[in-house]
Amino acid sequence: MIRTSQEAAARLTRRGRWSLPEVVFWAAAAASVVLLPDRYLLLNEIVVIGLFALSLDLILGYAGIVSLGHAAFFGLGAYVAGLLAKHGVADPFLGLGLAAALAAALGLATSFFVLRGTDLTKLMVTLGFALVLAEIANQAAWLTGGADGLQGVVMGPVLGFFEFDIFGRTAYVYSLAVTFALFVVARRIVVSPFGLSLKAIRDNPLRARAVGIPVNRRLVAVYTLSAAYAGVAGALLAQTTQFVSLDVLAFHRSADVLLVLVIGGVGYLYGGLVGAVLFKVLQDNLAAITPQYWHFWIGVLLVILVLVGRDRVAAAPQAVWGRLTGRRSAAPLRLDPKPVEDA
Amino acid sequence: MLTILFDGIAYGMLLFVLACGLAVTLGLMNFVNLAHGAFAMAGGYVTSILTMRMGVPFLATLPIAFAAPALLGLVLERTLYRHLYSRSHLDQVLFCIGLVFMAVAAVDYTMGSQQQFVAIPAWLQGRVEVLGIQMGVYRSFIILVCGVLALALQLVLTRTRFGSRLRAAVDDPRVARGLGINVGAIFAVTFAVGSGLAGFGGALGAELLGLDPTFPLKFMIYFLIVVTVGGTTSITGPFLASLLLGVADVAGKYYVPGFGAFVIYTLMIAVLVVRPQGLFARAR
Repeated sequence: MIRTSQEAAARLTRRGRWSLPEVVFWAAAAASVVLLPDRYLLLNEIVVIGLFALSLDLILGYAGIVSLGHAAFFGLGAYVAGLLAKHGVADPFLGLGLAAALAAALGLATSFFVLRGTDLTKLMVTLGFALVLAEIANQAAWLTGGADGLQGVVMGPVLGFFEFDIFGRTAYVYSLAVTFALFVVARRIVVSPFGLSLKAIRDNPLRARAVGIPVNRRLVAVYTLSAAYAGVAGALLAQTTQFVSLDVLAFHRSADVLLVLVIGGVGYLYGGLVGAVLFKVLQDNLAAITPQYWHFWIGVLLVILVLVGRDRVAAAPQAVWGRLTGRRSAAPLRLDPKPVEDA
Repeated sequence: MLTILFDGIAYGMLLFVLACGLAVTLGLMNFVNLAHGAFAMAGGYVTSILTMRMGVPFLATLPIAFAAPALLGLVLERTLYRHLYSRSHLDQVLFCIGLVFMAVAAVDYTMGSQQQFVAIPAWLQGRVEVLGIQMGVYRSFIILVCGVLALALQLVLTRTRFGSRLRAAVDDPRVARGLGINVGAIFAVTFAVGSGLAGFGGALGAELLGLDPTFPLKFMIYFLIVVTVGGTTSITGPFLASLLLGVADVAGKYYVPGFGAFVIYTLMIAVLVVRPQGLFARAR
């Protein structure tokens, strides 16, 4: 129970402290650069998907906004970064910045449509936007290369020093560094009063409004932020693989990222990253057994996950995490309270 | 011009038969069955296998294309779907995406990823000209069959005891249960019939819509548009929405091919934003 603002502030400060397992987690990530030199491509994909899932966690885990079209921002970021590099602006950070800005702009513009109605409406509207964007990319073949993909993406060196090499070492370190930086920012945001108010909105929008939280403005803000993060993830993918295809906007992107987040657990920021590791390793192994049919097993996994109870499955990594960080996990996480039966 | 209208209506009728099961599922138990297209695909493949590989006449396969997905739907409903009615929409959507992934990969594995065809008897092929309008015989057949089906559904829903129970359960499952209506059983039957109708539509539409393993993903959005635009409280809403969508899609592809699918996606977003409960549904 939080009684006074000092108590709340103290609690937030306590939550804002870095704990040992978190340090270990990032140290392990950094160590992978040295220890797994032959898996850079896979590691890079993991980091990009992890960042993408992190962006979804910001809206789903912290604000309770469901989305089935998050690939729209991811794809937009990828195309922005890819096109920029193709037409001569080769500086990676400039590409990231512009991708983030445009994705944020799209997020801001669409947020007003998305943040109305029930969960179902949100799912459909986000899905609709993603489909429209995919269709635009498909039709504007003169710009995006259409079904053939965007080729000829040439990146300049990172910070003017580090050239992208063929082993993907620079690419991986670059993606990891960007993801870490963005993670730190996101971590700071969710332990701020702003983040606390988001959780209040997630748990009960009506009460949140009653205690004076500007619900809509907060949701718009976090949706825009999340869109920017997804845009950066997409840009990272485009820059490190130096190729963009229509695949970045496809429906299965949105579905996969949801799955990644659900595997890792929602609402504690590490879920997306942990889920990305599990998902990619799983995919890698499944694809080795049955190439091209691995989606079947992903489907099985999803069905089982939901039947067993997503909350219960996600509670396991969270509980472990909570025990490691020595922090009692707060109230059991209710992601999406049962839809109130409309009277 | 009239030919486009005619083709659009045929397309719309087909969409209605495909999607009406989903409308009832969504309306009755508040369940977002994104996997509905998988049942349609099942029906399409049943007909395709029977006509192309075993030489069964097309018309004789249609009842089987209805029965097989219906049975599949019944089994899945009783074993899996049942547990998810009280869950959040997100859980339901995740579950259905899982099912769709499985269906797509399984069909791809057993049947191959190529387009499947259906053998249509000679008397259903070709075109005739009536009052200066070019009409495909097969499309007329679709309009006829689907029209009869829609009418029958409407009658069952409004005139029979089962229909009134169903409507009661849609309006308020809790009160319906209190009045002694076995909502669970009604839902199982409705789910089966809806899946069967989807299969039937898939079999009929294999010729027009194309049939390959990605069918459930490709047409998922169309079904959803029909349902979200039409609302879920009646049969007439989705029916009108299907016709509108069919005509808009065919006309859009004919007149502004460059815009492709934008027209309908944009339409859906617009409708959802302005009227979240559907275009033809009464506000609750």
